[in-house]
Amino acid sequence: MSNTPKELKYTKEHEWIRVEDGNIAYVGVTDHAQSELGEIVYVEVDTVGEEVAADEVFGTVEAVKTTSDLFMPITGKVLEFNPELSEDEADNPAAINEDPYGKGWIVKVEISDPEELAALLDAAAYTDLIA
Amino acid sequence: MKSTPLTDTHIALGAKMAEFAGYNMPISYAGIRDEHEAVRNGVGVFDVSHMGEFVIKGKEAFDLLQKVTSNNVAKLEIGDAQYSCLPNENGGIVDDLLVYRLPEDKCAEGERAYMVVVNASNIEKDWNWIEKHNSFEAEMHNISYRSGLLAVQGPKAHEAMQSLTDVDLAGMKYYTFKKGVFAGIENVIISATGYTGSGGFELYCDNKDMKKLWDAVMEAGKDWNITPCGLGARDTLRLEMGFALYGNDINDTTSPIEAGLGWITKTKKGDFTSRDIFAKQREEGTERKLVGFVLSDRRAPRHDYPIVNEAGEEIGIVTSGTISPSLDKPIGMGYVKKEYAKAGTPIKVMARKKALEGVVTKPPFYKV
Repeated sequence: MSNTPKELKYTKEHEWIRVEDGNIAYVGVTDHAQSELGEIVYVEVDTVGEEVAADEVFGTVEAVKTTSDLFMPITGKVLEFNPELSEDEADNPAAINEDPYGKGWIVKVEISDPEELAALLDAAAYTDLIA
Repeated sequence: MKSTPLTDTHIALGAKMAEFAGYNMPISYAGIRDEHEAVRNGVGVFDVSHMGEFVIKGKEAFDLLQKVTSNNVAKLEIGDAQYSCLPNENGGIVDDLLVYRLPEDKCAEGERAYMVVVNASNIEKDWNWIEKHNSFEAEMHNISYRSGLLAVQGPKAHEAMQSLTDVDLAGMKYYTFKKGVFAGIENVIISATGYTGSGGFELYCDNKDMKKLWDAVMEAGKDWNITPCGLGARDTLRLEMGFALYGNDINDTTSPIEAGLGWITKTKKGDFTSRDIFAKQREEGTERKLVGFVLSDRRAPRHDYPIVNEAGEEIGIVTSGTISPSLDKPIGMGYVKKEYAKAGTPIKVMARKKALEGVVTKPPFYKV
């Protein structure tokens, strides 16, 4: 059974977003997504410093069996790529498998328009989606 | 969706399941990399009961198979197995398959018996194809739906399984088989074949005995940490060896000559489907060739990604790709124009907008 925390918002593409204070948010992939992907061996984010529109690709996750694009839940500027995952730093992409909502977060973003949040799925709707 | 006799066993073990060729199959248990490692260095077991089996028997069973398959069936003695393919009439491949020459204890005088093992996704297509060409005195029996198959693979397979049979496993030559008692089950075909490159066996047995066989194999292999493996590891293992996968690397439109399967295409054996096309291709060469390549990126090549040359011109297409668990590098196979097929040629694979640099490399990527 996948873990789907109540306090997060979700996309149909299996990303989660957690809004911190103000317009700052963290984005990652869900427990369901990491389980479906299997062992994640590489994460690439080539949009740091860029403004990326909602539903656009901000990076790629490479698992042994498959490659999956990462989609922005919401329009915003990509501020940071999690150093735990980055090949230039800790290079530990398996953190997504181990802790998808914690140390496996993928990017930190600055939200352009908080009103877009209303269009995302809540935990109940996402749970229905993956049921 | 169809089940194998072991589908419930896989689910009980917590396997990640998915539909493959109409069957509910295990993709992975503990994880593809652990399963892969077990087969490379120890022993792993795969349920591949979805594969199809036909028995072809009769006075002209040999003639039928010699006509529809590309390899030379005349080379097979009783107890031999052979990798081969079924060519179509346009020089493409209906399927790739194994041909076993069976013991003749149930044959009348002058009859021979063979078993062919085909891909699950092609069972009907292959059956119809062979039947269409059966103008010979040969009976065909589709035993796919009552025949199961376990692949016990890895360098420790012999020693781990020896307690289950009197057949001398270590003494069996690659691509031979014996019919015998295994785990107390009679008439098991013990075949020294596999799709991993790490040695081991494939065990054919009746569906009704598959659970008993699985349990015995798991129990006997306990001291060797036998690992249940899924189709995910099966794919990474075969890809490291450069073994073609039907539907990915070969299909109805690819010729065995361009796919590097010239060694199973015996154009001098006598007449068979598309022989003249293959003889001509062998003499003149083909416009494209299936090659292996290794990338110097961290991204994996995937089926249908374009292959380009250094100038960015499209020269081919990826047919299979993964991150090699043994090498920890992206590897793949694909068709390229013949002038780019030489080992050492630099190529690029387009992962959407990103160009991944690589070099043509002769498989196997992993040397056992």
